[in-house]
Amino acid sequence: MRSSRADDVRLDVRSRNHPAYWAFVVHRVSGVLLVFFLPVHFFALGQALQGEAQFDSYLLWTEYPLVKVAEFAIVFALAAHMSGGMRLLMLEFLAWRDWHQSLLAVAAGIAVAFGLAFLFNLV
Amino acid sequence: MNVPGELSPPAPTLRVRTQVLLWAAQRVSALVLAVCVLVHLVTTIYAIRNGLSAAEILSRTRGSVGWSAFYAIFVGAIAVHAPIGLRTVLSETLHWRGRSLDAAMVLLALALAYGGWRAVYAVVAGG
Amino acid sequence: MKRVLHVRVWRGARDGHFQGFEVPRHESQTVLDVVTHIQRDLDPTLSYRFACRVGMCGSCAMTVNGKARWTCRTQVTTVSKDGRLDIAPLQNLPVIKDLVADMAPFFDKWARAKGQFRGDRTRKEDFARIRPESTERRLVDEAIECIGCGVCYSACDVVRWNPHYLGPAALNRAWTLHNDARDVRRAERLAAVAGDAGCHACHTQMGCTERCPKHLSPTKSISGLKRAALEAALKGQL
Repeated sequence: MRSSRADDVRLDVRSRNHPAYWAFVVHRVSGVLLVFFLPVHFFALGQALQGEAQFDSYLLWTEYPLVKVAEFAIVFALAAHMSGGMRLLMLEFLAWRDWHQSLLAVAAGIAVAFGLAFLFNLV
Repeated sequence: MNVPGELSPPAPTLRVRTQVLLWAAQRVSALVLAVCVLVHLVTTIYAIRNGLSAAEILSRTRGSVGWSAFYAIFVGAIAVHAPIGLRTVLSETLHWRGRSLDAAMVLLALALAYGGWRAVYAVVAGG
Repeated sequence: MKRVLHVRVWRGARDGHFQGFEVPRHESQTVLDVVTHIQRDLDPTLSYRFACRVGMCGSCAMTVNGKARWTCRTQVTTVSKDGRLDIAPLQNLPVIKDLVADMAPFFDKWARAKGQFRGDRTRKEDFARIRPESTERRLVDEAIECIGCGVCYSACDVVRWNPHYLGPAALNRAWTLHNDARDVRRAERLAAVAGDAGCHACHTQMGCTERCPKHLSPTKSISGLKRAALEAALKGQL
């Protein structure tokens, strides 16, 4: 009989296990990841101000496997955030149609396609 | 017995019309970003085909009016879209609301715009 | 089929604990049957709410194995494959005692969303003429059946994370009134339901639509309000 609170902070997964909720989680997580990624990206590109050689030495970082994994994750996050966002724009701005529910599958497909395309060119 | 507290209406720091227009700005910037991101993803995937190098990036962007304009708009849309989105995430997860959050998001927008436009300049003109 | 159900029931208010009971299992048993058995035969101090027990009033709504449901319409066999049940009060509302949630905040927000009809005709005037097949009336009809049970409110994470968020039921009701051609408070109501505490805070998680026992879609109503509010804002009417 462990004492606890009725509004326990931990989220109960059982009531959140439906497609629209997964879409929300993916959208939010990918968005936050992208916001943290952007300063790094802008800084790296800014190295071009020091000249091509300096820029090149900075880009050598991208040879590390761990960096490649991170790059793939960011590309996938970007594709997922974009396609999920387009699904939301349709749900919010177009008169509601039942087939809009399947937009999620389309969005996921697009994200995976971009992710794979990146992956195949990366390795 | 729990006596319910009276939930007074929120003291808004922004007028309702402003809140709605911020929401709209985020959706409009999303549309702009949809185009920009599609182009950027395709370009990136094409560019890394034989490994990433400065030459690969700069040969495309150096002195290009087209890429300047494209990336400048891209950065502008990001500077609008990301802070408005992050504002919601922060208010919901950290329960941070009010003027201080709004001010922080304006600072974020300025920082993203500065960092982004500096990066555009770097690959188009600098070095 | 096992002869006995292992049931854990929330006891206390906001602070409390789950208390375990063993309840005889029968064919065609609802969760409300289980709660009733516990209170009548095992522990008379258990507090819970019910009224019609036939799926019309919504009073018996509780959290069952993590999901908000009408307990009178929930068969034990549907929610429990292994004979275990967790029963708790509705989420996102203060707990009065045990399984009884305080619905006051839910209805306060309904009022704050201007969820009441206001017309301008009197008995001296002719009836308003509303064509049932008109677009606006169809939109009203598909959202009007809400009985205010609180299940959607309990299922919504934005309600959980944003204390001022009006919630799916209040916004759904506002949408039905927005489309009611006889109502005269349209402008006022849009101003009340727009913004960070209103329809624009909805993230389309669709927990409300998933759980609504009347198969309504507050998400759809809320997306309608988003468009209406944007139009009003752009026209300077907000």
